[in-house]
Amino acid sequence: MGALVGKDLRVELRTGEAIPAMLLFSVSTFVLFHFALDRRSVEGELAAGVLWVTLLFAAVLGITRLFVAEREQGGFDGFLLAPVDRTSLFVAKAAVLFCFLVAVELAAVPAFAILLLGPTPWDAVPELVAVLLLADLGVAVLGTLVGALGIQTRAREVIVPILALPLMIPLVIAAARATSPLLLEAGAEALPGRWLVVLGLYDLVFGLLAFAVFDFLLED
Amino acid sequence: MASADSAPAVALRDLGRAYGDRVALAGVTLELPRGATLAVFGANGAGKTTLLRVLATLLRPHVGDVAVLGHALPRDGWAVRGRIGLLAHEPLLYRDLSARENLRFHSRLHDVPEARGRELLDTVGMARRADEPVRSLSRGMAQRVAICRALLHQPELLLLDEPLANLDPGAAVAVAPLIGRGPARVLISHDVEQGLAEADLVLGLRRGRPELVAPASSIGAADLKGLYA
Repeated sequence: MGALVGKDLRVELRTGEAIPAMLLFSVSTFVLFHFALDRRSVEGELAAGVLWVTLLFAAVLGITRLFVAEREQGGFDGFLLAPVDRTSLFVAKAAVLFCFLVAVELAAVPAFAILLLGPTPWDAVPELVAVLLLADLGVAVLGTLVGALGIQTRAREVIVPILALPLMIPLVIAAARATSPLLLEAGAEALPGRWLVVLGLYDLVFGLLAFAVFDFLLED
Repeated sequence: MASADSAPAVALRDLGRAYGDRVALAGVTLELPRGATLAVFGANGAGKTTLLRVLATLLRPHVGDVAVLGHALPRDGWAVRGRIGLLAHEPLLYRDLSARENLRFHSRLHDVPEARGRELLDTVGMARRADEPVRSLSRGMAQRVAICRALLHQPELLLLDEPLANLDPGAAVAVAPLIGRGPARVLISHDVEQGLAEADLVLGLRRGRPELVAPASSIGAADLKGLYA
């Protein structure tokens, strides 16, 4: 698994095909929201909604690219010829997507705070990081599954969002509900634990589903 | 019944494979002993690459029985992965990684010491260009690196699709000992004379069906002309 993750991170560092595009998309979307909402700043539910919708759309860009090298450069064949458990490809790709999301958020969330967010988010940074990491895990698991499905088709740019976005609805609800009390103008409130549980359950359910079906996605 | 160790390298009985309604391979029956070479001839679209991919465990057979190194496919595919070396049309190399990085990656997948990759790159004359991205290499150079990849784990069965394609005469001489006799080989070639010279057994395919299965010693190039008509 280390070989697979290392290979993907090396290729991304060299080509910059996923992370810069995801980051640029996120920042551009924040700017668009700034003008479209005609507000100097947002807070609470609106802020959480803008943040999560933007991050999920940016994630779709990364998901679409996740298996391109495996498909176009024979990586699937090279991997399938090796005496390696096929599930390790799923785990490695999910880990890579998780790293991409974290890297994007390290820049996109501060950009959001500067461009759009009214209240200062610093008091709630640990809670916000917890929500981001739990949601990223869910996006990584679901995204890897959908990316592997989409890459088998000719129209992956269409298939990936069509499949991923509806399946992410529970995740975006839970992530936004968990985040909104952290971004209130009057000051951050306590993190609602039940939405963290929902995020955890989402990660678990899609993780188990992916383990069960990923092998079949690699079959001809 | 033969044990897996003494079983033929390849045993096919009535093998068939289709893509949707199109039959790519049908009725292929043959047995290839260990250490022997099967040369596969046929025009474009005759089913040669499909046969290679079935033997490599990358495609499921739809009809018939397939056994590779004594293990039935697709059921026991896990037992032969890592014992097969595939040199396909495409080099199966990541274009943004260097030759050395590609071999290091495959070494780790196959649990082979990295020194083996360095040794092979030296042998095929690619040590000097080993740190350049594969996308900057010529097709012949990429083919040399692909040969290293296919041989990295010292496979017991080598599946070779036009192994000398794109190679200049010097490179062809350099790689010849590496892909020569030793392990069992299935060799696809459009060079009939060369293919026959290397083969013990010949399979001639026409539109997915075997027209000819015979010992190489019993046939000449003229017998294969009909496959390309």
